[in-house]
Amino acid sequence: MKNRALIAALALALSTAPALAETVRMAVTTSFENSGLADVLLPEIQEELGIEVELLVVGTGQALRLGEAGDVDAVLVHSRPAEEAFVAAGHATHWREIMYNDFVLVGPSGDPADVTSAETAAGALAQIAEVDAAFVSRGDNSGTHQKELALWAGAGVDPETLGGSYNAVGAGMGAALNTASGLNAYILSDRATWLTFGNKGDLALLFSGDPEMFNPYSLLPVNPERHPHVNNDAVMELEAWLVGPRGEELINAYTVLDETLFVHSAVPQ
Amino acid sequence: MNEIVEGLVEAARLIVVLDPELVEITLRSLQVTITAVVIAAAIGLPLGAWLAVNRFRSRRLVIALLNALMGLPPVVVGLIVYVILSRAGPLGVLGLLFTPTAMIIAQVIIVTPLIASIAHQAIRDLWSEYHDLLISLNTTKRQRVATLLWDARRALLTACLAGFGRGIGEVGAIMIVGGNIDNATRVLTTAIALETGKGNFALALGLGFVLIALAIAVNLLIHSLSRTESSATW
Amino acid sequence: MVSSILPLRVEAAEVKRRGTRLIGPIDLTLGKTGVTIVLGPNGSGKTTLLRLMQGLERPAHGSLVWSIPEAEVRTKLAFVFQTPTMMRRSVTDSIAYALTVAGTKRAEARKRAREIAEQVGLGHALDRSAGVLSGGEKQKLALARALIRQPEILFLDEPCANLDGRATREIEIILTDAKSRDTRIVMSTHDLGQAARLADEIVFMLNGCVHETGPAERFFSTPETPEAHAFLNGQIVE
Repeated sequence: MKNRALIAALALALSTAPALAETVRMAVTTSFENSGLADVLLPEIQEELGIEVELLVVGTGQALRLGEAGDVDAVLVHSRPAEEAFVAAGHATHWREIMYNDFVLVGPSGDPADVTSAETAAGALAQIAEVDAAFVSRGDNSGTHQKELALWAGAGVDPETLGGSYNAVGAGMGAALNTASGLNAYILSDRATWLTFGNKGDLALLFSGDPEMFNPYSLLPVNPERHPHVNNDAVMELEAWLVGPRGEELINAYTVLDETLFVHSAVPQ
Repeated sequence: MNEIVEGLVEAARLIVVLDPELVEITLRSLQVTITAVVIAAAIGLPLGAWLAVNRFRSRRLVIALLNALMGLPPVVVGLIVYVILSRAGPLGVLGLLFTPTAMIIAQVIIVTPLIASIAHQAIRDLWSEYHDLLISLNTTKRQRVATLLWDARRALLTACLAGFGRGIGEVGAIMIVGGNIDNATRVLTTAIALETGKGNFALALGLGFVLIALAIAVNLLIHSLSRTESSATW
Repeated sequence: MVSSILPLRVEAAEVKRRGTRLIGPIDLTLGKTGVTIVLGPNGSGKTTLLRLMQGLERPAHGSLVWSIPEAEVRTKLAFVFQTPTMMRRSVTDSIAYALTVAGTKRAEARKRAREIAEQVGLGHALDRSAGVLSGGEKQKLALARALIRQPEILFLDEPCANLDGRATREIEIILTDAKSRDTRIVMSTHDLGQAARLADEIVFMLNGCVHETGPAERFFSTPETPEAHAFLNGQIVE
């Protein structure tokens, strides 16, 4: 009787093996997933290219790690220095910018640091440091986190010196926003995640528009010479589609609450 | 508090409407955990019985190890399985990563020590009762293990249900080895984590209540099928 | 005709635990027929002597010599303990278990189990779980379980110690019946009346040694030793 149960269990387990359709596994960042753009693009890709895109939504660091190990076919991240290093190390064939969105500075609606009056993002952060207002950081080496650190550097402030007001949570954008909402603190977020975030509390969008806060996303195909099993042909098809007119159309038209989030910025080769 | 009420309402709505995504991830949750429990029981029950009945030198060490493994943090198990199944790892060629199979493997590793530990304790107690009798009837070791497993079946069922509970609510390991891929490896717990991260607390709570209801339903079903609470003794 | 495992010769056997002598040295011969009652006050070593003969204790010194090789002896012995172990099964399945582990097919074993259950007076409880039986019924089940294997020797260790008069009588009837079918019975008891009712032969134990043995009639009418005499008169003997 036990043998029969074992066989049934094995059959059940094996039945979960993936179907042999054209599949691309792509690691993307939480900020991309949170924007909701994938829900628009993926069905179109399935219909027009016959490619099923499987998204693994992880932090930037983990996404690159998955690409390095060859566990995914491509990576979509928004951290230019990391992307360049990744290609230089031979893990990806190249990086290809697809689009950009922007970061926004979010904080308590009372705005104790008077961020709404700042002229630049760096200036806004300097003001926050001056009044010692609470601030939440991603703290996870993500693209967002690295942009945040660059802005602090531009303001001439070392976040380490901010003491208890600086909260590095080591988590994704949504989780960090949850914490900021709970603490009623300032936080740097990508616009897409902020717009779709469901737990805003007393937080409001206080500053945006500084070109320093532009946030480009690039596609990195995992190097097939290093990992022959990756579906590089499909990834190339996907890349062409994304940088082409159809991708441009869908990305530029995507809105959340009547706001455009992304700007298609790919340069045709 | 408001969110809890919202969550209950959301749970009810999802169930009544038979939301297709909910149905899909619920079925997948059940598929992964039930398969894992069946395999874990096939390994853990005889192992627990064998440990209870045999005397050997490092027995105490093995039992202590088994009990300690119950406290393995699932996320650590997930990381280890990931490293092994990764393309860069030893079993990468199997291509199992980010499939429900990988999730089942991780859950088997997490659940087996639990089932084996409870089984071991239950059978050890029963063995001390049956000891003289089984020896006086000239039973072989194999017969003793089989008899103990059958006679302790109620406690062993509890062990399996405990394993099921552990598996159905687990999120750390299957998030890492499954990847929470929409339509492929997303289950109730990983969906809850995702929605929580998006700040959609009502939906996350709703899914949570569905999960709790599911666990209760499974337990009730198993108990009624085995008529556990209706006989006079045990 | 399969050769008998009896007579059993116990030669200068001693049983020790953690260096302390429990019983011995014991010299004893178990003959081929009848009911042997091991009698004696509590602590005299009755249980240990029985366990020695059952093979549950190994002699630290001396030996047990059966009439056939010891490996074949085990299947021809059956035991009933003072507190019977009930399995988590029905009465029928509990009795049948003794046969199924010996290789009998389940249907056949259950059939014979039901027959013997009727014989010992458990016919009304065939499908009840063994755990809900009364003390007397449990002991009858233990007896049925032992007898169904048709042992050559049935060992019983104070089987009626926890039973009331009626249950005791019923057990004794079953034992007398088993004796009439040529089952050798070796039983320990501290109940003088029971010994007088059942015994063909008495082994009187004191302080871990066999103090006196002999045919039951002679032991009860004219005991040889003063201690046996005192014991039979109801005095506390050490």
